[in-house]
Amino acid sequence: MTGSNRTGRIAFRNARLIDPAAKLDAKGGLLVENGRIADVGPRLFNDAEANDPEIVDCKGLVLAPGLIDMRVFTGEPGSEHRETLESASLAAAAGGVTTIVVMPNTDPVIDEPSLVDFIRRRAAATAKVRVVPTAALTKGLAGEVMTEIGLLTEAGAVAFTDGDRTISNTRVLRRALAYASTFGALVVGHAEDPDLSEGASVTEGEYAMRLGLPAAPAAAEAIIVERDIRLVEMTGARYHFGQISTRASLDAIAAAKKRGLPITCSVAAHNLALNELDVGSYFTFMKVKPPLRSEEDRAAMLEGVASGLIDAIVSGHDPQAADTKRQPFAQAAFGAVGLETLLPVVLGLHHDGRTSLSLALRTLTSAPARILGLNAGTLAKGAPADLVLIDPDEPFSVREDELRSRARNTPFEGRKFHGRAQQTYVGGECVFDRKKAR
Amino acid sequence: MTAANAETILKSSHLLGIEALSVGEITSLLDLADSYVALNRSAKKKTELLKGRTLINLFFEASTRTQSSFELAGKRLGADVLNMAVKTSSVSKGETLIDTATTLNAMRPDILVVRHPDSGAAELLSRKLDCSVINAGDGSHEHPTQALLDALTMRRRGRKFEGLIVAICGDVLHSRVARSNIQLLLKMGARVRLVAPRTLLPADAERFGVEIFHDMKKGLEGVDVVMMLRLQLERMAGAFVPSTREYFRFYGLDAEKLKRAKPGALVMHPGPMNRGVEIDSAVADDIEVSVIQEQVEMGVAIRMAVLDALSRGLAREGRNAP
Repeated sequence: MTGSNRTGRIAFRNARLIDPAAKLDAKGGLLVENGRIADVGPRLFNDAEANDPEIVDCKGLVLAPGLIDMRVFTGEPGSEHRETLESASLAAAAGGVTTIVVMPNTDPVIDEPSLVDFIRRRAAATAKVRVVPTAALTKGLAGEVMTEIGLLTEAGAVAFTDGDRTISNTRVLRRALAYASTFGALVVGHAEDPDLSEGASVTEGEYAMRLGLPAAPAAAEAIIVERDIRLVEMTGARYHFGQISTRASLDAIAAAKKRGLPITCSVAAHNLALNELDVGSYFTFMKVKPPLRSEEDRAAMLEGVASGLIDAIVSGHDPQAADTKRQPFAQAAFGAVGLETLLPVVLGLHHDGRTSLSLALRTLTSAPARILGLNAGTLAKGAPADLVLIDPDEPFSVREDELRSRARNTPFEGRKFHGRAQQTYVGGECVFDRKKAR
Repeated sequence: MTAANAETILKSSHLLGIEALSVGEITSLLDLADSYVALNRSAKKKTELLKGRTLINLFFEASTRTQSSFELAGKRLGADVLNMAVKTSSVSKGETLIDTATTLNAMRPDILVVRHPDSGAAELLSRKLDCSVINAGDGSHEHPTQALLDALTMRRRGRKFEGLIVAICGDVLHSRVARSNIQLLLKMGARVRLVAPRTLLPADAERFGVEIFHDMKKGLEGVDVVMMLRLQLERMAGAFVPSTREYFRFYGLDAEKLKRAKPGALVMHPGPMNRGVEIDSAVADDIEVSVIQEQVEMGVAIRMAVLDALSRGLAREGRNAP
């Protein structure tokens, strides 16, 4: 993480300020002092002040709170060849992401206070953006014994999750949720029935049948969503569905929210932008968890974002080495990198007329901040100066050889987008500038 | 004979599945195979069409029948044939595949015949290798030469595809033979019925444009061809069907159920058969109805036709030209 005791002043002028937390979308300026937002407003720096040490003329581009990605897998510790906290942070910075929430699915699994501490220290020493650790909900992600939720919270874990694993033992999950609710801890669940989806690499349907690939029914997700909603009702735990992908799940979550249950959910950018047909001729970069779904389910996800029913959008960033992807489809590893394509996908929702720019950015800023209880994702005075300067219209094509991530398994290779981050600031320090980028 | 009028038959330089083939390509392959049936029945079975060419049989799954059929086809056309059986370890199947591909490529084969337990493996190899690739069965995806030899068998028995009713019975879910046959038969204008319990049918199977039957007697009503599929023994232990005797009772082909089919209906099976599981011995051995042995003969002819057609592409592109 960057130092927080900087005295440098930065004046942003001529910006389109978008702060979803304050429902602000207006022309104006912003002042950074000591790593925090000192002032913000429509009339600020209308006339550039020559004595300011640094003036950034935004030229009408969007200045927004730095993005928060609630679901990032790295390889540190244990699989540093896939991704380190440092390389993930470089990718994040280039994608306008200033806070990454890292999953505990590492080797060793982050299931002890000392390991949470390790992540925080490694991040402080190497990462360019803020790294927020989560801890496992069960020891070793084995789904059997709950972790030390109280001690792990004290160590700095913001949420408890077994990452991309579903806890199949309902009794274990019930107790873990009940115990977590004692501490007011947030639990992030993965909804994929482990028995129904065992050995499956794609979603069940006509296309999977034609390819002859082992497939799991889309209902494998809603079955767990409905089960977990019942458990939340019993235990009162704060619960977030980490990555949903089907209409049936969304319907169940809508009903649960209506009943006032403390439930939130997010969707991965690739489940918004791609469907099962993108698997094409066994393209293993399209093998993700949960799998790419039918067009109908994809449309439901877009509707869910537009209606606000889906709270947040995540990258689900999951770097995989080439050798585990260059395999027959059924043998290939799950996962896609996404930190650098998260914002472009979300901006696409705005370009397609599905959401306002402010609503689109809310899913990446104030919404995840609120769910996680982070002091971030806003342009409010006094907030940390985590900022992203966005050109929402710049056309570009994704090229895997330009990605900062250590792994290159992007499902968007060659895809054209409009809009991406131009500059990224963490605590008032510029951690990415596209003009100066290689 | 065939070498003289070497017009192009296949657009692609690989045969990965029936899906990519046109009706014209299928018909041309069947016509060409007819000529090889005649050759195979003559005393002098060998030609020099593929002289100097190298054919590699790469089998990641054991299959005596398919492998020897390709071997014989290659040898009768004068190619040098190398059989490679690769034991796949469960941990690193894919690694073996890519590594083997790289190694093989360096040996500069002209045609690679591949059988692999994973869907898409043949396609993956075709992208990594410079030679023509023939899919001899990939996972639950396709087995195109089986569908072609089945079509040849039906056609030589005087059946016209247009309006022909074919019932494909048994483990459609895991069957590459079924997937290739369904696509070929539909392309050629036949009507396809699938007969199986729900556990052995893919979800959305009707989207293939086929009719689904769970009652075999109804499914066989008035059909011209009964195509039985092999039930893998490991699928029978309670996972997909409760027992072999229950399966045979409801989905095994016996004389009683066969009575529902059109008089003179053909009985086919890709082999090897599980007698008393999916097919009754009496039916399988009844030379009046069973064309199972003929299928084996047609297998060699169709594979010669495929090798012939692909070798024309090799000459055309000048790849590995001698």
